[in-house]
Amino acid sequence: MTDFVKPTIDYFELFPLLVVFGAACLGVVVEAFAPRAVRYGAQVLLSLGGLAAATVSVVLIARDSEVYADGAARGILAVGGTIAVDGPTLFLWGLILVLSVAGVLLFAERHLDGGVSAFSGQAAALPGSEAEREASTRGLDHTEVYPLLMFAVFGMLLFPAANDLLTMFVALEILSLPLYLLCGLARRRRLLSQEAALKYFLLGAFSSGFFLYGAALVYGYAGSMDFADINESVRNDAGNSALLLIGMGLLTVGLLFKVGAAPFQAWTPDVYQGAPTPVTAFMSAGTKVAAFGALMRLFYVAFGADRWSWQPMLWVIAILSMLLGAIVAITQSDVKRMLAYSSVAHTGFILTGVLGVQATGDLAVGEVSSLQSVLFYLATYGLVVLGAFAVVSLVRDSGGEVTSLDRWAGLGKESPVVAGVFAFFLLAMAGIPLTSGFVGKIAVFSVALAAGAWPVVVVGILASIIAAFFYIRVIKAMYFDEPVGDGPSVVYPSVLTATAIAFAVAATLMLGVLPGPLLDLAGLAGQFLR
Amino acid sequence: MSDLPVLSVLIAIPLVGAIVTAFLPAATARLAGVAFAGAALLWAAIAALSAYDLDGGMQLTETHAWIEALGVHYALGVDGLGLVMVLLTVALVPIVLVASWHEADEEGNGGSRNFVAWVLALEAMSLAVFTATDVFLFYVVFEATLIPAYFLIGGFGRSGRGRAAMKFLIYQLAGGLVMLASVIGLYVVSANSGNPSFLISDLAALDIDPITQRWLFVGFFVAFAIKAPLFPVHTWLADTTEKATTGTSVLLICVLDKIGTFGMLRFCLGLLPDASQWATPLVVALALISIVYGALVAIGQDDLLRLIGLTSLSHFGFIVLGIFVFNSQGISGSILYMVNHGVGTAALFLVAGYLIRRRGTASIRAMGGGVEKVAPVLAGTFLIAGLATCGLPGLSPFVSEMLVIIAAFEHAWWAGAIAVTAIVLAAIYVLWAYQRTMTGPSGFDRVEVMPDLDAREVGTLTPLVLALVLFGFFPMPLLDVINPHVTDIMSNVGVTDAPPSVTGGHP
Repeated sequence: MTDFVKPTIDYFELFPLLVVFGAACLGVVVEAFAPRAVRYGAQVLLSLGGLAAATVSVVLIARDSEVYADGAARGILAVGGTIAVDGPTLFLWGLILVLSVAGVLLFAERHLDGGVSAFSGQAAALPGSEAEREASTRGLDHTEVYPLLMFAVFGMLLFPAANDLLTMFVALEILSLPLYLLCGLARRRRLLSQEAALKYFLLGAFSSGFFLYGAALVYGYAGSMDFADINESVRNDAGNSALLLIGMGLLTVGLLFKVGAAPFQAWTPDVYQGAPTPVTAFMSAGTKVAAFGALMRLFYVAFGADRWSWQPMLWVIAILSMLLGAIVAITQSDVKRMLAYSSVAHTGFILTGVLGVQATGDLAVGEVSSLQSVLFYLATYGLVVLGAFAVVSLVRDSGGEVTSLDRWAGLGKESPVVAGVFAFFLLAMAGIPLTSGFVGKIAVFSVALAAGAWPVVVVGILASIIAAFFYIRVIKAMYFDEPVGDGPSVVYPSVLTATAIAFAVAATLMLGVLPGPLLDLAGLAGQFLR
Repeated sequence: MSDLPVLSVLIAIPLVGAIVTAFLPAATARLAGVAFAGAALLWAAIAALSAYDLDGGMQLTETHAWIEALGVHYALGVDGLGLVMVLLTVALVPIVLVASWHEADEEGNGGSRNFVAWVLALEAMSLAVFTATDVFLFYVVFEATLIPAYFLIGGFGRSGRGRAAMKFLIYQLAGGLVMLASVIGLYVVSANSGNPSFLISDLAALDIDPITQRWLFVGFFVAFAIKAPLFPVHTWLADTTEKATTGTSVLLICVLDKIGTFGMLRFCLGLLPDASQWATPLVVALALISIVYGALVAIGQDDLLRLIGLTSLSHFGFIVLGIFVFNSQGISGSILYMVNHGVGTAALFLVAGYLIRRRGTASIRAMGGGVEKVAPVLAGTFLIAGLATCGLPGLSPFVSEMLVIIAAFEHAWWAGAIAVTAIVLAAIYVLWAYQRTMTGPSGFDRVEVMPDLDAREVGTLTPLVLALVLFGFFPMPLLDVINPHVTDIMSNVGVTDAPPSVTGGHP
């Protein structure tokens, strides 16, 4: 631990944040001044350029970072200790940026729906009105989605790096607001989409309130917003512990809402289903990565000394999430809703890794640590879920995407490649060996078991068995069932979506067969800086 | 060939074959498939004859770090148990490919190309299972066998196979995931002792406390009991054999299910000896129930393929019984049984498949009998394979069944007594099925024109029947390979055979 505080703004270390934010602002300017014809190209290039620059700078920062205590931790606390650019942050930044690039590629896809994007032509027009028809016949497109996406990425980058409660709250809002909007912008089934956005916004605003109230109470306990100071107070047991416990609980509600853990999962199926599929893909992957980063920093750094208070709570949440996600997913007849519930179950699996934290002294040399396992799991799951939703956007009929599971019957005959890719993603989610999901699952379960959380692991195994059932049911429907009526048709995408899917497939296979390098990288990230 | 990674090459041959044949046209794919399977057989035979040393212990070992962060190794090796399983696998696959020559191309099936590719993939994964000496690697390939098996069941065979495939996969995955908990548990135990590793050799050196051993044992045993299968987790078995093609059934029952009993020997007895002894009463009871129940249910079946599937339940009961009575006859009998059951049941499945294709039905009642007169070769092979199944002296399963029953009597007289009843029941199900399908006046006009086995079909059955007779009279080559391994296991578990003793004085 270092009390190393620099008074100045560390431009080099913050460059990824700044460049993404700058690209987002420039996007707004483009939207205001560029003629409609060039906006699409300009926005896509601007977003990709900004993300690429940020990714490169993350690599440079990581190579250049200061190392403490023989690699136990690395990085610096920037901007007076409010933003921690340490190993885990850099790992998560890299991951979020990669997922965002894939997200931009999916956003930019215009081949699937006859030359227009998946986003509404004119979001302000009432569904079914004359204005909507006009926007549709003129082939209008909302290119504002790219700056919105970039703002969300900025929030996602800031969220896991935030080292005090206020910064964390601000990051939470920056990440959420653009996503609320994006959810409501679907071109087809607009009412469903707008309903999803409203639900997400109301519940999200509500949970932000919880977070803010919790922050206030913890401030009352510790007299500081800073994680290191909170940790100091917890360690010294100074102040009213009721304030601490209630505050901790409220903060947890806010964060668990974002990751979609039971019992705060109610928004996931509706939002995942209603949002335009590229948004669902980007959001389900990115938000989870960012929010778990923040959750771990909060618990490990600020409340790390009080592990015994929050670990039992996470046990219950993890068990609930895994069981509820797996059981309810069985009854779903819509692919997107099924994936949403499966994401609830996966949230439970990731929490299993989070609660497997042990004191550093309890770990054997070479044993996998909880932070390492969660970082790895996030990487594998983010790519799998992004790829799976991307595949969902390919299966269509004249009315747009076909998400009803009945209509997916016989997809294996219609398009062996698409069905094979989707089956592969499902197997990865089910945690079958030689896919990344298996290694992730092994990693989180072993840290939980090492920390003595065997009941959670047993439930995790049970939930995996239940989950395997509905994943395999989809595979069976695709390969061995006769198509109903005409059956679905697969629209082959342009190079953009194809790249995103191919990357996800390759990464899922690679991380399943040779997970060593990424696991080592996650181990190299070391611990959080305090 | 000491520097060659013999076992890696052995696994790679069918794996490459699977990838290659997946891109060939159907007719070429069949030939290429047989060529790859034959190459694997040849390679394994050469390796076994030239590089394997009968003194026992792990041989032909290869160890490379795979995932260092988790202590995972790519580690292969064979001992006596592994070697006979490998040989059984490589011998059966080419036979299955030839026996299923045209079947996969028939209306409604998935095509020869897919069939051959999946079979070779299954062979590669099975070989990896039998040679893995790292628990993580074992788990990975153990689960990986399910994917080709799933597509073989779901893509080829009779209607309703999609459902059967799903049932199969759910059962196996459930068992596998339960085992996953134990696999992780072993890792945690090894990490707590300071050396996180998945290598069997590292894990065997650990001193695991008895309570932990029992929990770990439960996880492994549940998975292997589903795989083997044992009562009461056997219900996937008959459904699968009924719907799948007989070629697939041979691979599933004769090769894949052996992973269950193989795993019991390797992991339950090898790594968790105390817990294995602790669980003996329950396991022996389950094995006895499987033996009798499987035989009784088989008698009542009308579907020939279901019948053969259920006889295997009875036989796996014998194998498990032999393993868990903890004496050297039992264990060597069990391992021998694993081979003999593989050969005998394969012959029975294949000849039943030939019969069913000629008659167009698998129902014993609908077949109506009369085959003997028009197709004596078919009927004769069926009889030999069937008699082998019910343990006729002179055919190889007799030797192993005898060893297991002797071992069971040594364990407890009632265990032996119950096991013996299965011999009578086996005679009933085999001979009654033979009587109803083969003998008597012909029930159908079509029988008059029913062709006997052709050269290809005879060719697939000949090696199996020869093996049955050869190992029936002369099982020593197999026992020589198996026995050093049995000695190792016995010393690991810490039991010795009771010395033969005669009570009472001389008259």
